[in-house]
Amino acid sequence: MSSAKLTPSFFEKTLGGLTGTLEQTLFAEEIARQDGLLQSLDPRAKLIGALALLIAISASHNLIVIAALYLLTLPIANRSRVPMGFYLKRVWVFMPFFTGVVALPALFNVFTPGRPLLTLIDLASPRVYLAITLPGVITAAFLLLRVGASVSIAVLLILTTRWATLLKALRVLHVPQAFVLILGMTYRYIYVLLHAANNMFLARKSRVVGRVSSAEERRWLAASMGTLFAKSYELSDQVYLAMQSRGFRGEALVMDALVWRGADWVWLCAFVVVAAAAVLIGH
Amino acid sequence: MANNGNGMNGAPIFEVARMSFSYNNQLALRDINFTVHAGERIAILGANGSGKSTLLKILDALYFPTSGVVCAFGEPLTEQALQDEARAFAFRRRVGLVFQDPEVQLFSPTVWDEVTFAPLHLGLPRAEVIERSEWAMDLLGITKLRDRAPHRLSGGEKKKVALASVLSLRPDVWLLDEPTASLDPRSQSRLLDFIGELSKEGKTIITATNDLDIVEEIADRVVMFCEEHEITGEGAPHEVLSDYDRLVECNLIHEHRHRHDGTEHVHHHLHPAVHEHQHEEQTSKRPT
Repeated sequence: MSSAKLTPSFFEKTLGGLTGTLEQTLFAEEIARQDGLLQSLDPRAKLIGALALLIAISASHNLIVIAALYLLTLPIANRSRVPMGFYLKRVWVFMPFFTGVVALPALFNVFTPGRPLLTLIDLASPRVYLAITLPGVITAAFLLLRVGASVSIAVLLILTTRWATLLKALRVLHVPQAFVLILGMTYRYIYVLLHAANNMFLARKSRVVGRVSSAEERRWLAASMGTLFAKSYELSDQVYLAMQSRGFRGEALVMDALVWRGADWVWLCAFVVVAAAAVLIGH
Repeated sequence: MANNGNGMNGAPIFEVARMSFSYNNQLALRDINFTVHAGERIAILGANGSGKSTLLKILDALYFPTSGVVCAFGEPLTEQALQDEARAFAFRRRVGLVFQDPEVQLFSPTVWDEVTFAPLHLGLPRAEVIERSEWAMDLLGITKLRDRAPHRLSGGEKKKVALASVLSLRPDVWLLDEPTASLDPRSQSRLLDFIGELSKEGKTIITATNDLDIVEEIADRVVMFCEEHEITGEGAPHEVLSDYDRLVECNLIHEHRHRHDGTEHVHHHLHPAVHEHQHEEQTSKRPT
């Protein structure tokens, strides 16, 4: 019998990682329960403030202004007891994989002509010229910084606000009830379905010995996706019956009990003033 | 206390006549006839897949019969009748269904949203919604869970929230689907106490179960379903529970072969205690 160590498969790692990350960041709400600056604010003040800052980041055409808005989030995160390493990693570790890929072509003269900063290929015949240009670097920096700053603000909002109160804030701000209801239930049942997927995987793992070929893994994955879809379909059917049973007739109602205090006005004004200043300076 | 022991003197709550139901072209219930009176405690007994849960959903007007008639509070319970909002609200305020799986029933972001859902959606004034919801949470001892997300709760807590979400409506009729399923012994015992309290208040309680251990505690009358989705009999709990042939036929007890002191025995197994019995004689016998 081979003594080779069996490493977890790609699917196993992905599923495990997805569940772990979601549980840690979305469902545990550990940071949202802390006694910090943003946690003490009304979710409506945070939501409107975050939207104002996001608009300012999109509207600003000045790298320094965008960087300043980003840097402003750091002391706020610190005073909201968000672990700094965790906060920085959440945004900047994954950025190169998503936005970086999109920003990469913009560096080169092929897409963004201009003064070359670094020549990579320069052949006379056939004529091939590839260089990183100054306008290209500026374009890529804008994209990365804009996305980084925007994601940071969104992450800060989500980490410091309990999901239920965030949904309430959306309702109060007249986001359509049906949209908020679907959002809330999606969040609620992702948890159930992720656990179902994990249990399916563990049930299979307990009956499989040795290495499984990639083709077999793919077949199993496709079959389990089908099973999970069927389960989610059945679950949605039953949940709808449970809602009907308690009086749901297409219109979702909620008991809102958010309390707006003086400090919420102060911080909301501060967020809006900073955002307006950023737009004016950066325009 | 409105409960009259067998409950047969109360006004009819549900009258089911020649009712059949098919789901996706599969027969789920066949030719069902029975009546439920106010204040009665009824156990719907049957194996998994016999149609108990489907029957509760029909009594809660979530499914409608393929053929036959179901009347609730003296009026036909049809899809068309429930199109009328006033009629639908009146019905749903009087009848509450607790689903078997709390994951299905608990769909709101917090426990408070969950408990307020029914009274709020059934048009009660906000002050009354708050008063009823706080009362229900207090009664079930879940006030401290108020702002928690239902999916983060333990199995016993989820069940309590599911009960509170119906209790806040204060319905006259409770439909309970496998209420003790997946509960630890302490939670089971508290749940049975809760059902007992409801019964003392004169509520009509219809419980679908295959847990024979709880039948005598929760019911004065038992309606038995066989695996062919039909009612095979009904009667007082002690009568039904001593009809072993019927219980075996309905797949509610099983014959168990095992060895004691070198001799093989075959027994009907009903309650856990039966598994711990002493052998007086070395022949096949029924539980005592």
